[in-house]
Amino acid sequence: MNKVYSLMFAGVGGQGSLLIAELTSIAAAHAGYDIKQTEVHGVSQRGGSVETHVRFGQKVHSPIVTPGEAAAVIALEKLEALRFAHFVNPETGIVLVNEYEIIPGSVSGAADVYPHESIEYLREKGLNVSALPASQMAHDLGDGRMANVIMIGALSTQLPIPEASWQKALRTRLPSRYLKGNILAFATGQQALQKEPMGG
Amino acid sequence: METIQNPKSAIENRAVRELLLGNQAIARGAWEAGVTFVAGYPGTPSTEIIETLAKRYPDTDPRWSTNEKVAFEEGIGAAIGGLRTLVTMKHVGLNVAADAFMVFPYAGTNGGFVFISADDPGMHSSQNEQDNRYFGQMGKVPILEPSDAQECRDFVKAAFDLSEKFNTPVMLRTTTRLAHHKGLVEVGPRQEVSRREFIPDPRRFSVPIYRKALRPQVEERLEALREYAETCPFNFIEHADGKVGVVTSSIAYQYVKEVLPETAVLRLGMTYPLPAKLLRDFCARYETVYVIEEGEPFIEDFMLSQGIANIKGKDLFGVIGEYSPGRLREALGLGSIPQPFTEEIVLLPRPPMLCVGCGHRTVFAALRQLKVTVAGDIGCYTMGALPPFEAEHTTFCMGASIGTAVGLEKAGHKKVVAIIGDSTFIHSGIPPLIDAVYNSSSLTLIILDNSTTGMTGAQPHAATGQNVSGQEAPKLNLVSLCKAAGVENVTVVDTWQRKEITKTIRKAVNHKGPAVVIAQGPCVQLPEMKYRDIPPYTVIEELCTQCDACFKVWCPAIKRTNLNFPVIAGNECTSCTVCAQVCPTEAIVLAEGK
Repeated sequence: MNKVYSLMFAGVGGQGSLLIAELTSIAAAHAGYDIKQTEVHGVSQRGGSVETHVRFGQKVHSPIVTPGEAAAVIALEKLEALRFAHFVNPETGIVLVNEYEIIPGSVSGAADVYPHESIEYLREKGLNVSALPASQMAHDLGDGRMANVIMIGALSTQLPIPEASWQKALRTRLPSRYLKGNILAFATGQQALQKEPMGG
Repeated sequence: METIQNPKSAIENRAVRELLLGNQAIARGAWEAGVTFVAGYPGTPSTEIIETLAKRYPDTDPRWSTNEKVAFEEGIGAAIGGLRTLVTMKHVGLNVAADAFMVFPYAGTNGGFVFISADDPGMHSSQNEQDNRYFGQMGKVPILEPSDAQECRDFVKAAFDLSEKFNTPVMLRTTTRLAHHKGLVEVGPRQEVSRREFIPDPRRFSVPIYRKALRPQVEERLEALREYAETCPFNFIEHADGKVGVVTSSIAYQYVKEVLPETAVLRLGMTYPLPAKLLRDFCARYETVYVIEEGEPFIEDFMLSQGIANIKGKDLFGVIGEYSPGRLREALGLGSIPQPFTEEIVLLPRPPMLCVGCGHRTVFAALRQLKVTVAGDIGCYTMGALPPFEAEHTTFCMGASIGTAVGLEKAGHKKVVAIIGDSTFIHSGIPPLIDAVYNSSSLTLIILDNSTTGMTGAQPHAATGQNVSGQEAPKLNLVSLCKAAGVENVTVVDTWQRKEITKTIRKAVNHKGPAVVIAQGPCVQLPEMKYRDIPPYTVIEELCTQCDACFKVWCPAIKRTNLNFPVIAGNECTSCTVCAQVCPTEAIVLAEGK
C-alpha cells in the first residue's frame, strides 16, 4: 500500500520552520521516499505565520496537506500550534509544540488576548499533544535559535526515517560552523520526546 | 537545492535526482535545453527562476531587465538573432509585456523562444487573479502547463523544441503552488545549441504593411498545432474504466490523483490549442466527466463549445482561489474537512507588517501626520495602508501611483502625494512623472529608495550599481533622472531622520509645482544591513518617565514590561535610532557590547 506521511510545520517568520521542513524532506528523500514540499507565507519577511507542508511516501502526488490527515504538526510557537492543529489526524497523529510565545507585533492589544492556554485547549479537544520547552533547551545549549532542530529531533522519533538519513540531512544542509551545535540539538530533541510520556 | 544520493535510484539505475522547487526545475530545464539568453523582471511566484540561473547556470546569460516589456523585447531580439531564449514574469507582468507579445507570433521566431507566465491563484502575493491562458489564446501561441517539479524541467526542454518546430513563441504557464513546491527531479546534462543564423527579412520582422501577409500564417500554424495537440506527449489518459471521467491540468491533476485515485483521467499538459477530438472521444466513454482546472473555465468553455454536454466543472469547484485535495473532496461530496479551532479561544491573526527598522515606517508616520491624500504603488509599502499607519489610499498596478495622483489632484484633492519604490519607479514610474510635469501637476512624489527590489526578496536593479550576478554595473542617478524629467524641486533625505523626513515632505507638499522627495536608506533585509555589527538599542529605566513617546513610533520591537516601561527586543532591533530620536529624556541608548 502506498502510505503517505503528511507533516505540517508551523512557526513565525524568522524561527526557521522552513529550514526544518527542508531537513525533513532531505532526510526522507535520502531514505528512498518520494517527497513533495510546499510553503505558504504572507508578504511580510518577518513576523507572519509560516506554514510548510511536507509529504513523503512511495509515491506522492499533492504537495498540500489536507486538514485531518497529518501524522504530525510541528509548531515552533504556541499560537501557531493552535492555528494549524486541525491538520493533524485526530486518531493517529501527534501535535509537537515548542512551549514558546511570540505576541503578534502588528496587532494592537494582542498581548491581552493571546491564547496562553492553547496546549491545554488542544488536549481538551482530544488531540495527542507533546509540548517541549525547545527554545529554553536551545538557549541552555548555547543558542536559542536551535529550538527548531530540537523539534525535528523529537519528530524523528515518530517517523520511519532512519537515523543515518537525518544525520545526512543535517550535514548536507547546515553550514559547517553550526553543525556541531545542531547535531547536539537534534539528539536533545530525540531524548526529550522519548522521555515524555505519549498522549494527552 | 541538494543532490540526493538516493539508494533506490541507484538500484533502479536512474539519473541523478535533485530536490528542486518548481522554479529551480524550470531553471534547470532551460539550462539543459541550451538556453543562452534570459531576461525578466522579479515578481512572485516567478523570481527564483532567474535567481537560480544567475547562481547556478550563468552560461544561460540571465539578466534582470527594467520591466517585463523590455525583457520580452530583448528576448525577441535574442531569439530572432538565433539564440534559445527564456523570458520570465509573473502573471501581471504579461500585461506590461503584452504589446510586444501580441505582435511577435506574426513574425515567428528563429531560436526557440519560451516565456514563463507565473499565475497566482489565491492571490498570495498579487493584486488580482487573472488567468493568463486567455492571453496565450489571444496571442495564438501554444500553452504548456506542467503538473509537478519534474514536469517543470521536462516541459521547458520540450517547449524549446516545440517553439523551433512550429516557429512560434511558447507560453509555459505555472502557478504559485507549482512554482513554490519542491519535488525530486531527474536531471540531465546541458545540450549545447549553436546560434541559428539570423536572416534579415523585412517581410517578417519589420514594415507593418507586410503584416497582412503574415496574418494567414498565424492561422495555418494554429491549425498545425491543433492537429499536434491530439497526439502530443503532454496530454495523456490514465485508467479508462468506470462511469466517471476527469479532465484536468496543471497542479489540479495531483489533487485529482489524491482524491480520485482510481478514476479515468485525461490530463492536459498542453492547454492551448486544445485537442477537440481527444476531448470528445474521452467524454463519450463516460456518463459524467468532471472538469477540474484551477482558475477560469478555460478548458470547460472549450468543451461546451465542442458540444460536449456531460461535464461538471466550475459550478461544482468554483473559480476563486487555489484548489486543494480538501476542496475537491468537499466539492465532490466525499466528506468534510476539519476546520481551524476557533471555539472558546482567540485565534489571533498575524497580519503582514513592515519589518522592524524598515525605512518606510518614518515616511508613513509623516504622511499620517500631514493628513495628505496618498496614491500608492506595488511593493512592501502597500502595507502603509494598514494600521497603525493607514496612510496610503490607493494601490492598483506597477507605476500607477503617479498617474493616479495626477487624476486625484484634478478631482480636487489639493495635497496629493504619490509614493513609489525605487525598483517600481524605474519599472514604470518614469513616463507618468514626465507626464505629470508636462501637464502642470503640482504633485509630490516620494521615491522610497531602499536600494533593492524589496518585496520579491532583494533583487538588484538599474539604480543599485549591481547586476543579477552581483557584479558592478552602471548606476542610474535618480536625482538627475527626475531633474531631466523637469522636476526642479528634488530633495534627498535619510529615511531614518524622523524630523527631517516630515519637514521635507511638508515643504514638498506646500511647494507650487511638482516636487520629488527621495527617502534613502537600504532595505533591512539586505545582507549589508542584516549582518551589521551594531548593538541594539536599550532603555535605561532610571531615565524613562513613561511618557510613551517611543511607543508612538509603532516599532514592533518595542514591548511593554509589567511595570509599564518600554523594553526593546534586542534580537529584533536594527538600531535604526528612530525611537531614540523621539525620547525626550535620552533614556534610549545603544546597548553596550553585543
